[in-house]
Amino acid sequence: MRRAALGLALALTLPTAAAAQAPLVAQGCLGCHGASGAGSAAIPGLSGRPAAELAAAMRAFAANERPGTIMGRIARGYTEAEITALAAHFAALPAGGSR
Amino acid sequence: MNTTLSRRGFLAAAGAAAGAAAGAAVLARPSIARAQGAARLLVVGGGFGGASAARFARIAYPWLDVTLVEPQSRFVTCPYGNLVLAGERGMADITHSYDGLRARGVRVVHDWVEGIDPVAKSVRLRGGASLGYDRMILSPGIALRWGAIEGYDEAASQLLPHAWVPADGGQTALLRRQLEAMEDGGVVGIAIPGNPFRCPPGPYERISMIAQYLKRHKPKSKILALDAKDAFSKQALFQDGWKQLYGDMIEWVPLSKDGKVVRVDAATRTLETEFGAKHQVAVANIIPPQSAARIAISAGLADNSGWVPVNPRSFESRAAPGIHVVGDANNGAPMPKSGFVANNTAKQAVAAAAALLRGEAVPEAVYFNTCYSHVGDEYGISIVGVFRPTDTGIAEVPNSGGVSPRGDLPEQRRAEAAYADAWYASITADAWG
Repeated sequence: MRRAALGLALALTLPTAAAAQAPLVAQGCLGCHGASGAGSAAIPGLSGRPAAELAAAMRAFAANERPGTIMGRIARGYTEAEITALAAHFAALPAGGSR
Repeated sequence: MNTTLSRRGFLAAAGAAAGAAAGAAVLARPSIARAQGAARLLVVGGGFGGASAARFARIAYPWLDVTLVEPQSRFVTCPYGNLVLAGERGMADITHSYDGLRARGVRVVHDWVEGIDPVAKSVRLRGGASLGYDRMILSPGIALRWGAIEGYDEAASQLLPHAWVPADGGQTALLRRQLEAMEDGGVVGIAIPGNPFRCPPGPYERISMIAQYLKRHKPKSKILALDAKDAFSKQALFQDGWKQLYGDMIEWVPLSKDGKVVRVDAATRTLETEFGAKHQVAVANIIPPQSAARIAISAGLADNSGWVPVNPRSFESRAAPGIHVVGDANNGAPMPKSGFVANNTAKQAVAAAAALLRGEAVPEAVYFNTCYSHVGDEYGISIVGVFRPTDTGIAEVPNSGGVSPRGDLPEQRRAEAAYADAWYASITADAWG
């Protein structure tokens, strides 16, 4: 329910292409951050965290302003629209994941 | 010279398989019953690509009727197999059941696909049944090119294991047993193929993990790595780690220093290189040249390279509409043939198949890869890449991706080793969970 409502809000507020792409672009994150974005052992979870926090983290990684091991190399590959869409996607998932 | 010979053998084998498939296509079938009216997605191959596709299809497109055909009743992964060789993991840790996919509504059929009829949109199973489909995700993995290295055939692999196609895990277990049985002071020979092949950093992680085992248990032993190329994935990082952790235990011989193995004698465990050097070793791991799996070749999907050309947005075969080929079997360069790429691109292929079934446009794509390698205990390194389809193929996004930094960075290495373990848990759950 909550996810559907936020998904609708997302579709209304984001550029259409990026919004439609969000679930697919987010798939790349799941290989490490848990099949539901809930995290996995040493790798932190993404789901349920505020979109602004997630997007800010990605931008900081991309700009080498946040220490990390591999996220800087990753973040620089994504567009601003994708980062916004990714952040909104994981923010809309319940913390701990749903799947 | 050797290339000519092995190619001829390869094409002859492929031709024989194609003939067999064509002859069998006329055989009929008891068709397996299915849900009425639902679009049928048939997934062939239950590895990282196929399992991920089946799971994602059920989650994202519940209107699809999903059947998965996979010969093995449980799947043993290549990733983390090198840690099994080191004694750091057990076989159970890298073995995954299909119960999770069944619970998600995937019909799992344990059988071999013997032939594909892309016009009639059906496949023939070894068990005799045929299965129709509306769209197929084909993720068959690789075939080892027996005979590409003279003397290296399936029988020889029982003496000199490849451990590169795990199947039931037998090859990985065999190589582990041989390492355990070897006396201290023995030489472990590893033959490594040229590009492209499954898991570009894999042979070098294997060297590392075998060295870790030998250093602890058989410290007088050596590793002789004979390589058919002059450069490899994460090379500087691996070589830094080898020197730091294992001293002079590892000798890596590149192509230009006569590193290419062209002939083996299984009985005497002798590896012979291009210019005639003969290396007799105590344990030999032969990773031979590879192609797309036989079913992709017999169905006529592969080109002369031995790999399957695909549309870079839909992964639909250039030769057979309706069949989306993912995983190591396709020609996805510059993306590596990795489990991560198989998992990631399988989802794009499913999304494309779903869109095409509904008469919609294939969605925009961005592809992602991360490959961690263990170099030693609490010592991990990585390569990552973000890729996008272009008009002509696939391209890595400029100024992104790349490998871990070099230097004395113990915290980075420790963190990446821990992240590697977490990656394995995540991606296997995202495929089989």
